[in-house]
This record gives sequence, C-alpha cells and structure tokens, in this order.
Amino acid sequence: MILHELMSYELLRVIWWGLLGVLLIGFALTDGFDMGVGALLPFVAKTDTQRRVAINTVGPVWEGNQVWFILGGGAIFAAWPPLYAVSFSGFYLAMFVILAAFIVRPVAFKYRSKRDGARWRSAWDWSLCISGAVPALLFGVAVGNVIQGVPFHFTDDLHTIYEGAWYMKFIGLLDPFSILAGVVSLAMLLMHGAAWLTLKAEGEVQTRARAIGSVAALVAMGAYALAGVWLAVGIEGFRIVGDYVTGGPSNPLHFEVERSASWLTAYSDRPWIMIAPLMAFLGGILTFFGLRAGREISTLLFSKMAIFGMISSVGLTMFPFIMPSSSDPRSSLTVWNSSSSHLTLFVMLVATVIFMPLILMYTAWVYKVLWGKVTEADVSENSHSVY
Amino acid sequence: MEFGIVELSRLQFATTVMFHFLFVPLTLGLSILVAIMETVYVMTNRPIWRQMTKFWGMLFGINFALGVATGITMEFQFGMNWSYYSHYVGDIFGAPLAIEGLMAFFLEATFVGLFFFGWDKLSKVAHLVVAWLVAIGSNFSALWILIANGWMQNPVGAEFNPMTMRMEMTDFFAVLFNEVAQAKFVHTVSAGYVTASVFVLGVSAWYLLRNRHVELARRSITVAAAFGLASAFSLVLLGDESGYSATHSQKMKLAAIEAMWETHEAPAPFNLIGFPDQEARETHYAIEIPWAMGLIGTRSLTTEIPGINDLVANAEKRIRSGMIAYEALLEVREKREAVDPAMSAQFEAHSADLGFAYLLKKYVDNPLDASEAQIKAAADDTVPTVWPLFWAFRIMVGLGFGFIATMGYFFYRASFKGMNFPRPALHMAVWMIPAPWIAAELGWFVAEFGRQPWTVDGVLPTAMSVSALSMTEVAITLAGFVIFYTILFVVEMGLMLKYIRIGPYQDVEETDAWNKRHQDRLAGRRSADSIATPAE
Repeated sequence: MILHELMSYELLRVIWWGLLGVLLIGFALTDGFDMGVGALLPFVAKTDTQRRVAINTVGPVWEGNQVWFILGGGAIFAAWPPLYAVSFSGFYLAMFVILAAFIVRPVAFKYRSKRDGARWRSAWDWSLCISGAVPALLFGVAVGNVIQGVPFHFTDDLHTIYEGAWYMKFIGLLDPFSILAGVVSLAMLLMHGAAWLTLKAEGEVQTRARAIGSVAALVAMGAYALAGVWLAVGIEGFRIVGDYVTGGPSNPLHFEVERSASWLTAYSDRPWIMIAPLMAFLGGILTFFGLRAGREISTLLFSKMAIFGMISSVGLTMFPFIMPSSSDPRSSLTVWNSSSSHLTLFVMLVATVIFMPLILMYTAWVYKVLWGKVTEADVSENSHSVY
Repeated sequence: MEFGIVELSRLQFATTVMFHFLFVPLTLGLSILVAIMETVYVMTNRPIWRQMTKFWGMLFGINFALGVATGITMEFQFGMNWSYYSHYVGDIFGAPLAIEGLMAFFLEATFVGLFFFGWDKLSKVAHLVVAWLVAIGSNFSALWILIANGWMQNPVGAEFNPMTMRMEMTDFFAVLFNEVAQAKFVHTVSAGYVTASVFVLGVSAWYLLRNRHVELARRSITVAAAFGLASAFSLVLLGDESGYSATHSQKMKLAAIEAMWETHEAPAPFNLIGFPDQEARETHYAIEIPWAMGLIGTRSLTTEIPGINDLVANAEKRIRSGMIAYEALLEVREKREAVDPAMSAQFEAHSADLGFAYLLKKYVDNPLDASEAQIKAAADDTVPTVWPLFWAFRIMVGLGFGFIATMGYFFYRASFKGMNFPRPALHMAVWMIPAPWIAAELGWFVAEFGRQPWTVDGVLPTAMSVSALSMTEVAITLAGFVIFYTILFVVEMGLMLKYIRIGPYQDVEETDAWNKRHQDRLAGRRSADSIATPAE
C-alpha cells in the first residue's frame, strides 16, 4: 500500500493533533453538559418530579455523548500510543476514580426511576452529582499537571518509569496550579450544564440553573484568567532544541528538550493563537449575560464557544508538546515523536473522514427529533417509560 | 508460581473482562431479537408484538447499562495496566478499537436513547429503523473488538521497527481480514444470539409454567427457538472453523486443548476425555476417538498436527534465533542510520523471533546472558497449563451441542405441535438460562488462557506487557472493581428479576383487548370481528 505516501507524515501528525483536540472538545461540548446537569442535579431540582425533569433533559442523549469519551480513549490509543501508555498508567489512581464515575453514571441514569422509594432515588441522585462533578474536576487537574510537566522517563527500550512513590501519582497531582485548572474545568462544565437546562427545562429548575450557571460562568472566567497570569509569571515552559526532523520515527529519545522561560512565548511566535483565549473570554461573558437575560439557544452556543476557546488555548499554547516530562525533559511527548506509524495515521484518517460526518449527521437528527422542553407533565404522563 | 505484579494485573484484567462479558452476549442477541419482534409488529400491526418489543426491550435496557458501564473500563485499562503492551502494539491494536467507536458504538449508543424515548416521537417505520440500527451497531462493535483480539492471537500485517521499538502496521487489510478474527467474530456473535434465545426461552417458559402472559410467552418462544436453532448451528460450525484456523496460526493452543503431547501420525485421534499430567507430559485414562482430531484440525487424513513436545523444541530454536535478533537490535538502535548493513541484515533475518528472546527476560535482564538451562526453561514456558484448557473446552463444546438439541426441540414443538410445550421441558428451559453464560466465559478462557505466555502470540510475552506500577496500586483498583462490580451486579439482578416478575406492563389494555378478539376469532365465536385479522 503506497497510497498513504501521498500525505506527508508531518502533515498527518498535525492533522491528528488537531483531531485529538476535536475529540476532547467534542467530548466537553456534549458529555460536558451531561456531567454538568448531573453535578447540578441536587441543587437545581428539589422535588422528585423536578429531578426527573432535569435527568430526562439528558436522558435520551447521554449515552451517545459518552461515546466521545470512549472514542477519545480509542483514538489516543490508535493515533498516539505512547501518550495512551504514559498518561493512563501515570495518572493511574486518578484514572480509576474517573472510570468509577463513568461506570456509576450510566447505571444511575438507567436505574434511578426503576424503583420507588426516597432512599433509592436519593442515593442515585447523589451518585449522579458526584459522578458528574469529580471527573469534571479531575480532567482539569490532569491538564494542569500536563502543563507543568509530569515526572516520568523512558528506558532505552521505551518502558515508562515514574518518579516517586505510588501515592504521589494521586496526591502529588493536587498542587495549587492543577487545582486551579480543576476549578476552571468544573466551573466550565457547570456553566455548560446550566445553559443546557435553561434550554431544555422551564419553571423552577430553569430559574435555579440560570442563577447557579451565571456564578459558574464568572468563576470559570476568573480562574481561567488567574491561570493565565500564573503561566506568565510562575511556570516554566518546554522547548525542543537542536536539529530535529518532524517526519521521523516516533521515538522520544531521538529529541533534545529543555525548559524555556514560559509557555506564553508561543503568543509572540504565533500571534494568531490569541484568538483562542479571546473566544474563551468572549464566550464566557456572553454566557453570563445570556443566563441572566434568560436567552436559551444563544446561551448554549456562547457556552460552547467558551469551552472551545478554553480547551483549544491549552493545545495551541503547548504545541508541539503533548505531554512534557518534568523530571527528564528529553522523554517529553511531542507531536513529532509520539504518533502512530505513517500508515496507521492514514488509515485512521480515512476512517474518520468517512464516519465522522455520518456521526454528526445522525446525532443532529436525533437532537432534532428530541427538540423541545421536558416538562413536569411529560414526566408524570410517561412515568413508566422515561428515566 | 510467584505472585507478582504480572499475576495481579492479569487477575484484574480477567476479572473486569469476564464481568464485562456477562452483559455483552445478551446485548448482542437481544438487540436482534427485539428488532425482529418489532419488524413483525410493523408488518402485522398486532399490538401483542409491540408489547413484546417493549417488554424485551426493557430487559435489554437494564442489561445494556451495565454492558456500557463495564465496557468503559476495557477501553482504558490497556493504558493503565498494560502500558508497555500499549506502546508496543498500539499502532495496530488501537486502530480497530478506535474504528469500533467511530463506526459502531456511536451508532448503537446514539440510537438506543431514541429507541426508548422515541415511541411517540417517531413513525412506526422510523422507530423500526432505529431498533435495527441499535442491533447493527452492537454487532459491528463485536466485529472490531474481535479484529483487535484476533490480531493478538494471530499477529498478521505488521512488523517490528527497531527505530521506534514497537510493532508497526504494514498491511491494514491483512489485519482486517485476519482469518482468526473472522471466524471468532461469527462464533462470538452466534454465542450472543444463542444466549439471548436461551434467555427469552427460559423467561417465557417461566411465564407458561405460571400460566401468565401466555400469548406473549408463546410467541416469544417461537421467535427464540427459530433464531436460537440457526444460531446454535452457526455457533458450533464456526467454533470448528476457529479450531481449523488455530491449526496453522496457534499450534500450541490447539495441542494444549487436546492434551496432545506427542506428534501423532496423521490422522490424529481426538481425546474425548482424559486426565492431562503436565509434569509427566502425558494424558492418563484417555478415551480416544480415532481420526477425529486430524479431521477437525486439518480437514484431511494426511496432514500431521504437531504435539506439544515438538512445539517446545521448535520454541527453543526460535529463542536462539531471537537472541541473535536481540543482539543485532541493540546495535541497530544505538547507531541508527549509521549502522553496518550486515548487522541490519542480520536483524532483518531474525527479527520475527525477537519476541522469543523476550521470554528470557523473566530469568535475566539481558537475554544474551541466558544460560542453557534458562533457555530450556523459557522454551518450556511456552506451554500453557493444559488441564484447565482441556476441560474448559470440553464443557463448552458439550453445552454447544446441548443448545442445538434444546433449540431443535422447542422449534419442533412450536412449529408442528401447535405451540404446546410439556411442563418438564419448560422446567428444563428455565434451568438452562445460565448455561450460555458459562459456555461463553469458558470459551474466552480457552482463547485467552490458551494464548499464554503471550499477550500477542509469538511477539510479546505477557510478563513484559505490564505497566511499571506498584502492587499496592493494582491491589487498590482490583479491590475497587470487585466491590463496585459486585454492588452493580446485585442491583442489576434485582431489577432484572423485579421486571421479569412484573411482566409486560406497557400497552396492557390495548394488547389484552386484541388478544381477546384474536382468541374469539380463532375459536369462531360470534363476537369475533374483522379487526383481529392480520391485515388490521
């Protein structure tokens, strides 16, 4: 097969770096509001019917949304195998906590309303709250750690070794900057969940969601700005030094990397990436005003814009780094040294080009069929068939 | 055997994957059975078939939630617990997993919500299409997962790249059309169809024994028995196809399943039962069926099937060849482009055996330092423990023939005896419910335990595949998974039993009214009206 030679290895790597971003953003935009609604559930809905309304706003779609998470895992495995191997074993216990949350969530959705009884239902409501909030926080904490570099190195045959005791792989993740990053992502998804509830619910649930969501939007923007200042003054970046090839074999040990003054030098090298943080701030502020004014469709779109801006700003700032190593910078994973082979990237791109438009089309159709508000009357009338 | 991080990680993988596979087969089969029932509803317009669709669909949904929940673990634990494996073969193994998400899981998960929530929002035909998309999505999922698994059993279309220290894909279509993967796919989905058929049959039999929901139960049995009979035949035939493909791709697994220590003159006999003795390398009290093994394994009377002892001797040769490859690898990796072409050629000539040199890493850090005794020990390690494979395989096959007999019997009663089923047969159908799960778990055990000591056959030993984790971490997560899964299992079984006991509760009035009219019409009563005809 020589078809794949038509696209250069370098180009394919950049495309797959972009697709990695698309998947993460796709996950945050879709499953993000499911997690946000889950986390908000006990606070926006007080009666059983109200809670069922909130749950049923995401009831028919969370399952499809969650596939973004699973596809994200699969695509990192296929396109960036060293990243898959290093990050999931490196954040081992944190990953376990996230998995636990993602295991509880489907069960909580499906089983909550299948039995009567206040304790049964309340237990599942809190499960939904925790399993929405904890991953939302931990995803941000993970990003905070990646920005600062993770303590790992490769042996000559590319075994990954982590520095430090096992518990540091969990406790050690929770440094102040990473916690701040966790606050950004938690607040961002709470804002997004609130924007979704504003569109899909009415009455008290909607009112409470708008109130909490506008606070979350402010917190997200404030914490995001603070993290930016922190990056400017308190955190070193990374850079590749010496001669290197961008289309060579995927072996981190073929590169030389050292610490640089700051990640933010990227903004003087590539000024156009300013657009990402600008989108984040603009989207966040418009979401705040949209929630206050009770705008429904436009608020959700602004919230999406804010999330798009925030996540892409991290990737664009760090490019070409994906997961730098703080203890052995030479082992850092970059776009040029941690992808799959030329052929695999090409095969995967073909599969994505065929299936991604189909996925977007039928997902849009499903949302269209389910368009409209979920009301308390809907839940009472279809008590047996809805969640 | 020393119990270390490798054994603990294997225990965790086995626990989570076998738990996951408690839910997968029912999802695979029930999605199709439900879609068939809804097809009958759309074609005949009879409310009873809509009620059947909703009732079995509800049980499908309870099961599906746990299938999804436990499947998430599978997608991520390769990276968590098997990071060297992920690095070493991710270039090939990751692709089918990602395509599974793109092509199958998205389809299934996006439409499953609409299946439950869309009854009033979609036209009949549109809802039927949704039901079939869920079924197709589930089954395509299985295809891609088995392509990934098939590659671990028979690693085709890839080669080792010394610059990246990993296997890289050379031919995607070879991976896609891997004969092992294709046979395993049909065998596995057939197992799912049989599981769902036995489940529907058993639950319906329970209703008939209690004289409840008779109309629903009889129709369900008819569908399940017809579908189950075809699937059970396919199951056994494709199981045989898997055995046939193992003859050329996984000789050691085949020999171990058969407890065939010595190469037998063709055509070899089949050990029906016996007591394999790993130490002495012989099988005591074996009852043999002459010729049968030769016929199953090679479909000829003249082709030999190698025995375990010959395969061990061959493994020893490959270990020595692998050591040459390893020596060359160190130099190729060190000097990169500047390497001596002769050294490069030496590496190329022996690189296919590199994985065998890794078997020595269990004994020495540098395989080149291995003693003669260690080489012999590593060659012996290529034999999996025989007796569990031998027995697991035989129980699985026995159950497989049992499914054909059961389904054949119920199909006969449903088709030619006016859907009258004797009570003892109904009792048996209820007791039969766990059998397909036992068979499926045993089948996976044979496939995966029989692949030891490799994660990827002949390429990467299991002992090298694990992450550099502490025992404590893995013990914590293993305990977490066990506790967690146990709670979920209890909750799931509780709900399943609750909803089976309640029986169909949707569209009850409409269905009962139709049932009554239908009975009247069949009995030729005067109150019968035209509305009960199929063309309603």
